[in-house]
Amino acid sequence: MKQTLLSLQGISKVFADKTVLDGLDLDIYDGEFITLLGPSGCGKTTLLRLMAGFEQADAGRILLGDNDISHAPPEHRPLNTVFQHYALFPHMTVFDNVAYGLKMEKRPKHEIRERVEDALAMVQLGDYARRKPHQLSGGQQQRVAIARAVVKRPRLLLLDEPLSALDYKLRRTMQVELKRLQRELGITFVFVTHDQEEALSMSDRVVVLKDGVVQQLGTPREIYERPANLFTARFVGETNLFPGRLKQITESAITVDVFGVHRTLRRPDFSVADGQSVHVLLRPEDIRVLEPNADHGLSGKVVERNYKGSTLDSVIHLDDGTEVLASEFFDEDDPAFDYRLGEPVKVSWVDGWEWLLPEEAGQAVPDGERTADA
Amino acid sequence: MTHRWLPRTYLTLVYILLYVPIVVLVVFSFNESRTGYAWEGLSLRWYEALFNNRAMVAAMWNSIWLALSAATVSTVIGALTALALHRYRFRGKKLLNGMLFVVMMSPEIVLAISLLALFLLVGLQLGYVSLLLAHVTFCLPFVVITVMARLSGFDDSLPEAARDLGASDFTMTRTVLIPVIMPALLAGWLLGFTLSLDDVVVSTFVSGPSYEILPLRIYSMVRVGLKPEVNALGTLLLVFSLVMLMLSQWILIRSKR
Repeated sequence: MKQTLLSLQGISKVFADKTVLDGLDLDIYDGEFITLLGPSGCGKTTLLRLMAGFEQADAGRILLGDNDISHAPPEHRPLNTVFQHYALFPHMTVFDNVAYGLKMEKRPKHEIRERVEDALAMVQLGDYARRKPHQLSGGQQQRVAIARAVVKRPRLLLLDEPLSALDYKLRRTMQVELKRLQRELGITFVFVTHDQEEALSMSDRVVVLKDGVVQQLGTPREIYERPANLFTARFVGETNLFPGRLKQITESAITVDVFGVHRTLRRPDFSVADGQSVHVLLRPEDIRVLEPNADHGLSGKVVERNYKGSTLDSVIHLDDGTEVLASEFFDEDDPAFDYRLGEPVKVSWVDGWEWLLPEEAGQAVPDGERTADA
Repeated sequence: MTHRWLPRTYLTLVYILLYVPIVVLVVFSFNESRTGYAWEGLSLRWYEALFNNRAMVAAMWNSIWLALSAATVSTVIGALTALALHRYRFRGKKLLNGMLFVVMMSPEIVLAISLLALFLLVGLQLGYVSLLLAHVTFCLPFVVITVMARLSGFDDSLPEAARDLGASDFTMTRTVLIPVIMPALLAGWLLGFTLSLDDVVVSTFVSGPSYEILPLRIYSMVRVGLKPEVNALGTLLLVFSLVMLMLSQWILIRSKR
């Protein structure tokens, strides 16, 4: 059983008549790396600021262990924040920036020196202690910000899109670095991002947020492979959504009519009825592109081929105009692999790799929908 | 051809018009002549005369003391006003902001008359206190605007970072906020100091016999007839203003880095 470290209960927050968070419940476990993921305006940053104490909730409680910290000012909360734009004190050296929190605790001088040096060594900036923040690169400033936050040995580290200002390559390096730090320090990380790739690759658990409401809470794998609703399916990764209609329903299986092709699939968790409309969700890597004379699949033609290094991504138009994204790994031994633009093909998928979602209110299954949220 | 020398001539004329009087003043401050209309040789006698003029030296110290106190008081009040305007939302915030500009833009004579009327109304004796209050009034908007400009480029997560690391609101202000806006405070102070030092219009109205200040002293001297002493004084003030100007520019440039 995992121990709950921080418990958010019924949290609501309204800014100027706009409800940012609406009765949100969330338990954060001790030692985990949890990510708040969502588009801008979904309330993820507000949630983080509530935890840090920069904002006060309009309703609900925040418990740290057994203590109610809902109304504690930020300086009395044993958690620290890494800010999006680092927020390093420009008039202090790197050393003084990192030492700031310990000076506030009135630690003895020699202890401060020792701990600051350790923290800087941990982020590989031991030689930069005498510099001012503006003399450092973005990545180095980011590492100082992290050192400054962890030197106080907080129970919880809050990270507000800390990598968004870095370029792609540096971001990848820092992702690995952050994971390593989190493992070594054993501190609980609450990470805010709008980058779904970052969320999937770093987290133990991901909270998908939209309009201040939790859409799904689960491991990266659950979020990606078994999205709880259309929003999560579209927001996390690229998705093909096919309209389907249920035909036969048995104890363990169902038959779905997708563009006139009948496939027998595993029965989903939600309640099903004969003739019901569903979404058949397939990731681009679940799609198989077959030769036009294959005995199954939906026929269409290739309209785009993008070489991505490790994979070959295709866009295929089905006969009715539906766009399908396919992402295949190279198989140099397969002669049929290299389709030319405009060439007719058939599209299929591996049985069991699909995921079914019920039709949502106000969300009729549109024909020929392409949903490629990058 | 015409279009090239015309702007140049124009520009030269403008600069001659601007600087010739100043150059003349500086040159004649070193003139031996008593009348000041002809050159009779290099001398420092007017500087000597200036420092032997007790009333003049007293007025100078009065002016400097007034400028120091007015600049300091308006910097303190102005910085707090700017912080309030930057940090908080409150009723009448826009009004307060607008009123600062009214003080800055309104003709000095209007400010002078209204301040005099106010002081007479409340029965304040004209002297150092009335001068100080008046000078703080017209320095204040300049300080507020200088500090506000600095705050507008200020990262609002800095105070939050300090609080997050365990600083109380007061400690955060002392260790983060004030050091970061220090260049603007210094620049605002210098601005206030120079404004106060060379003010004539408002001071004429609100000063009393108990506290004579330099600009008014010079003014009354000139009325009786131009003494070369005034040239010496003018030169000293010019040097002083230039030093102050360079100091404030140096502070601003250094803080941008």
